[in-house]
Amino acid sequence: MQTAVKTKEEEAAQFTAHVCTAAVYNMAKEAKKKEAKRRPKEERRRPKEERRRPKEEKKKKQRRSTGLKLRSSPEQDALKPDTVYKEDPEELHVELSEEQEQDEEQDEEQEQDEEQEQDEEQDEEQDEEQEERRRQKLLEAISSLGARRRRTLLERSEAAVHMSEFTVSADGEAERVDLSELIGTVEQTPAVPNRTKRQLKHLQGANRTVESPLSRQESERIQRDVSFQKAAAEVSRWKAVIKQNQRAEQLVFPLNQEPSGPRPVDRVASGWTARTPLEEEIFGLLSANKQPIHDPVLTPVEEASLRAMSLEEAKQRRAELQKARALQSYYEARARRERKIKSKKYHKVHNKAKRKELLKQFDDMVKEDPASALQELHRMELARMQERMSLKHQNSGKWAKAKAIMARYDLGARKAMMQQLEVNKELTEKVVMALNNEEEEEKEEQQEEEVLPDFVNDAERGVDPFNPWMRGRLTEEPMEKEVSDGTEVAVQEAAAPEVEEDEEVEETEEEKLLREFESRRKRRQQEEEEEAAPGRPEEEQQQEEEEEQQEEEEQQQEEEEEEEEQQQQQQEEEEQQEEEQQLSEFTTLFRGLVGVRREVEEENLAAADKPDSSAPLQESLIRVRTLENVEDLRQLHDEAAAPPPPPTEQLPPAAEKAGKKRKRKRGIELKEVLTKGTKEIRAPVAATVEDAGEEAEDEPDQRRLISEAFAGDDVVSDFLKDKRKQEAAGRPQVLDLTLPGWGDWGGTGLKPSRSKRRRFRVKVAPPPPRKDQRLPAVIISEKRDGAVALHQVSSLPLPFQTHGQFESTIRTPLGRTWNTERTVKKVIRPRVVTQLGAIIEPMTRDELKDGKRGADGKKL
Amino acid sequence: MASPGEAAVKESHVEKKKTPPARYWQESQEEVKDENEADKSKNRAGEAAQHKKTQKAKKRKQEEHQRDGKKFISGKSDPFPGPAPVPEDRIQKFKRKDKMKKSRGQTYMLKDIISRTEEASEMSQKQAARVDLLLPEDSGFLEGDEEEDTCTISQQDIADAVDITSASKYFNLNLSQFGPYRVDYTKTGRHMLLGGRRGHVACIDWQSKQLMCEINVMESVNDVKWLHSETMYAVAQKKWLYIYDSNGIELHCIRKFNDVLRMQFLPYHFLLATASATGFLQYLDVSVGKEVAAICTRTGRLDVMCQNPHNAIIHLGHHNGTVTLWSPNQKEALVKMLCHQGGVRSVAVDKTGTYMVTSGMDKKLKVYDIRAFKPLKSYFLPSGASCLSLSQRGLLSAATGDIVQVYRDVWSTPVTKPYMAHRVRGAVWGLHFCPFEDVLGVGHGGGFTSMLVPGAGEPNFDGLDANPYRSVKQRQEWEVKALMEKIQPELISLDPTQLGQVDRATFEQRHQDRVQALGFDPLAKGKFIPKHKKKGRSSAGSVEKRKKQVAHEDQRDVIRKTVENKMAIEKERKERKKTTAALSNQKSALDRFKK
Repeated sequence: MQTAVKTKEEEAAQFTAHVCTAAVYNMAKEAKKKEAKRRPKEERRRPKEERRRPKEEKKKKQRRSTGLKLRSSPEQDALKPDTVYKEDPEELHVELSEEQEQDEEQDEEQEQDEEQEQDEEQDEEQDEEQEERRRQKLLEAISSLGARRRRTLLERSEAAVHMSEFTVSADGEAERVDLSELIGTVEQTPAVPNRTKRQLKHLQGANRTVESPLSRQESERIQRDVSFQKAAAEVSRWKAVIKQNQRAEQLVFPLNQEPSGPRPVDRVASGWTARTPLEEEIFGLLSANKQPIHDPVLTPVEEASLRAMSLEEAKQRRAELQKARALQSYYEARARRERKIKSKKYHKVHNKAKRKELLKQFDDMVKEDPASALQELHRMELARMQERMSLKHQNSGKWAKAKAIMARYDLGARKAMMQQLEVNKELTEKVVMALNNEEEEEKEEQQEEEVLPDFVNDAERGVDPFNPWMRGRLTEEPMEKEVSDGTEVAVQEAAAPEVEEDEEVEETEEEKLLREFESRRKRRQQEEEEEAAPGRPEEEQQQEEEEEQQEEEEQQQEEEEEEEEQQQQQQEEEEQQEEEQQLSEFTTLFRGLVGVRREVEEENLAAADKPDSSAPLQESLIRVRTLENVEDLRQLHDEAAAPPPPPTEQLPPAAEKAGKKRKRKRGIELKEVLTKGTKEIRAPVAATVEDAGEEAEDEPDQRRLISEAFAGDDVVSDFLKDKRKQEAAGRPQVLDLTLPGWGDWGGTGLKPSRSKRRRFRVKVAPPPPRKDQRLPAVIISEKRDGAVALHQVSSLPLPFQTHGQFESTIRTPLGRTWNTERTVKKVIRPRVVTQLGAIIEPMTRDELKDGKRGADGKKL
Repeated sequence: MASPGEAAVKESHVEKKKTPPARYWQESQEEVKDENEADKSKNRAGEAAQHKKTQKAKKRKQEEHQRDGKKFISGKSDPFPGPAPVPEDRIQKFKRKDKMKKSRGQTYMLKDIISRTEEASEMSQKQAARVDLLLPEDSGFLEGDEEEDTCTISQQDIADAVDITSASKYFNLNLSQFGPYRVDYTKTGRHMLLGGRRGHVACIDWQSKQLMCEINVMESVNDVKWLHSETMYAVAQKKWLYIYDSNGIELHCIRKFNDVLRMQFLPYHFLLATASATGFLQYLDVSVGKEVAAICTRTGRLDVMCQNPHNAIIHLGHHNGTVTLWSPNQKEALVKMLCHQGGVRSVAVDKTGTYMVTSGMDKKLKVYDIRAFKPLKSYFLPSGASCLSLSQRGLLSAATGDIVQVYRDVWSTPVTKPYMAHRVRGAVWGLHFCPFEDVLGVGHGGGFTSMLVPGAGEPNFDGLDANPYRSVKQRQEWEVKALMEKIQPELISLDPTQLGQVDRATFEQRHQDRVQALGFDPLAKGKFIPKHKKKGRSSAGSVEKRKKQVAHEDQRDVIRKTVENKMAIEKERKERKKTTAALSNQKSALDRFKK
């Protein structure tokens, strides 16, 4: 680092203009010291000419160096932005290249000569050794001034480190010039004002150098930096508010508006102040006259007058008012009630009373005020005349005509018509004072009774001839009986189960007998039928039928004797196992092994002949039921402690089995699935009529029975085949790319080697497991349904990261069908709401002042 | 005062506020107690302390609230602050899916969305549970005296016991001339349609016993079905499918639908599904009159059919004991279940789409969980069930010959005897529970019987969906609305929530779908046609040559690319090898211990 060599003027100017922060200054100073230490002593002893370089150049260089420094420590720059601004922009000037500098240097040389001479004398004392040479140089320079401007090559008198190729020695570059060196002469010169001298002295004392101003670009950059930071800070204050608004569920513009609807008066009034002079004047007047400002109940004057009233008086008055109010409300209520009454009877009575009153009045009137009574009479006469003129009660209207049609059948209609006529008669009668009121009333009462709806006292009467429902039901019963009587055979059939219905709790021997009879009869019928259809081997079927019937009986017996069953349970289980084995064999050899079937059947028949074993086909089923009963018992036992197990108790074991023993044929399990765990339901009423299809044709019925008995296997195997086919279709096929004869011997009868085949067989990745893998009796199609896919979301929308997130967000429906109104309104709230006609102004700084206000505007 | 004992007790919000004011003597006592108990169980004491704290906090909060709101003029505090609690089990009823688990790396935007939707769904759940309270009607079942079987109670007894209006719902129509009857009720349960085998078709406003129309189509009638409202109904006649209006005027004869045996109407899709004797399952869109799909099932005569009201899937029963599930979008059965060893005689699916009940020629009655396709229960009926029907509340009616049996809870508990039984005057041909009424309509050889089945119908109806008391105007409005909200047939699938899932199909699958939908492959490259050149250079030979030059161009490209890739991988591998070798060559300090 170099010290700047400055003229006084410049020094002074800079002193005033340039202020450096202490930190930067210290750093610079330290750097300077280090530099000074490093510099070799020879360099200090440099030619005087070189040291006396043009000041401007030095200044520039110093500027550059400071610039570098500034660049190296931008943080510090940032700390003192203000100081940089104050610098005069003119001072911030940078030369772009050394050559330019040198040119300028040449131009300025002439002007500086005089000063150099002065300097020379001072230097004499200090550097005596080099004086001679310097003088030489100076002389040369002076001599060159007069002549044409010619550049003389610098003499290389000494071994110098820096030798510029542009004939400029850079020797004096890093030379330090002390202020004292320069100021020494100032003391002597009288031309220098004292003030300056003092300043200089002061400067000499302070060993502080003032930094040179920065270049324009740098200062501008700093300026830009700082202004950016300022702006960023300013903007970032809005960040929170903006973020809040962005995240808000709903924004209502204009922001921060007061809630709509009427505000309480006192709040409005308390907030309001008189501003305009007119308002103030009015306010003054009001307050002067003790007028209410806030709309109280009473004015001050009133209050005063109230206060003036004595307590007793006030009480009395209040009591009066209360009474009046009560009376009024009472009358009002009564009037309302009366007006609403629909009862004709009430109105009749009411009218009667009124009429009586009227008559009384009339009587009174006759006595007191005959003129008005006459008038009244006149009015009555008028009414009579009108009635005679009009067709109102003559039974000639639409209603009357309709009634006339009904009248033949309907007593009510007749009565109504009569009544009309009576009214007519009544009105057209000449006014006699004592009208036959009582009679009329009686009539009316009668009519009233008619009008009353039937159902009012229907319940008590029980059988109402006019009630269609009651009538219908009563007639229904005998009809049913007739029908049941009509079918002679059905009676007997129906009788037995009905008996059963009634006394099912205690099954008597009679019942059993009855049932036996029934079964026999059925058998007989079937025999007859079979006789009717000859040429068929029916014996087996007969037996079957018998067995079935027996079995039914036995089942019922079993129900009664459950305990016995439990005893036999083990035995039965064994039997069942046998049966199962047989069945499994059965399924494995289901094709072409009809003989086996026969055997099984025969066995079953034999079993059926035994007294306590059940029928062939349902044998296993019933046993299973008993097993389950035991389980049920156990469940009952457990239920006290644990909740009941899930209802799918039957399949899972089968599925597990399937998992465990894969090698076992699936058909067997499937069959188990189909046959196992059947619960028998006992119907209290036996069907008398078989289903229509069966009823119509008996032969197919028999055939169906056979097919029913033996179709199971076919059904199962067919299904399994189907399932296997589907599975095979779903499986990807192995791609065989072997070329016979390629790289090997070819020809008829020659096959490519195994290794080759293995090599060229492309295996495809196995498909995901089928959905029906664990369900033996189900085939689920694996085909994709493309129709729905068209309506589905095909790719995950933006903010979501997983499918689950998105699906969970749309899982709740928005519509009114599934939600309450409140929920719908909440869910479909628009993101932005703008008030119609309201001016939406940009946010003000008030928004920043308190964050809460901003949050309110959000209206979460 | 929160003693540890109290803390353990499950508390309701009412009790919390009813705590008596603190007394100076109590506190000391309790402290002693606390000390004693603290020795015994530190955990409980800690719990209590926590509880105390939270209670305090709550109290403070409440006070603040009061001070702010000034809600209580009297100065009393609200003994039941906050919204009334909703029982957990009722909320569970309206739950749609489990909550999302919160993962870590979520952006704030995502977090906001998720939390908001969670909040909304929770609110909707709670609100629905709260409003559920407002469903005023409750349903009960017939209960016999001690030792009395409910199935022995005759219809007449029930009719005598109930009020007149209900009693009037038990009635018989003696129609012995025109053979066994099929029955259908409208969705609202107000109107009934009877179709006699020998051509008699009648529609009746059955509650007021008003005959709307009665015709004889002079052909055999296989099935009758109401369409979306009581103004139109479809009749499957001997040859074609006909549509009549409620005055008995023939509106359409649909020749595309022949030999129809059974019909089902999907009310939200406006689809009439028909199963024919020729084995065709056809869908007719009644809103536009177009055939949506015709599927050849290849399983023979289809005379067993029902729909799953939950997902609009059609169930068909076949003679080989299988039940197949169909949607109009697939040409093959979605699911094929082997249910019976004999043929399937009848199928029914419950309202929630959870259970399927089948009866077969093997005289069995089976209950399946149709969501998992697993058998739940299997029953043996002595004479088998020819017709099945499920009520809205889950009662099952089964017809065996001329007896109609009604069962309760066939899927949850093993049933041994029917809930109700009734004998009608002929073999039962059609069974249908009346919606929103405790009534079972039975069509049989001797006419029609409407029997009372207590607890069968849903007591609470949705007035916007199916209002039994709607006026004509309301019906018209509903019709417009229903048409607007019609669900497209493409959306019928086994899982109705599938629409809410992201399609995870691969690009190829999707491309296939697209190709299928468009009929051509939009991404396929066009065939190369050489440019026509003049001056005899477009001779057949040269054209072929040029074609050959381009032949397999794309394939070559692919090969080139793969070779490049391979090379790159090889290079990388080699380099890695080198580096590992270099590393392994380096001598470590421990190498000297090697032998």
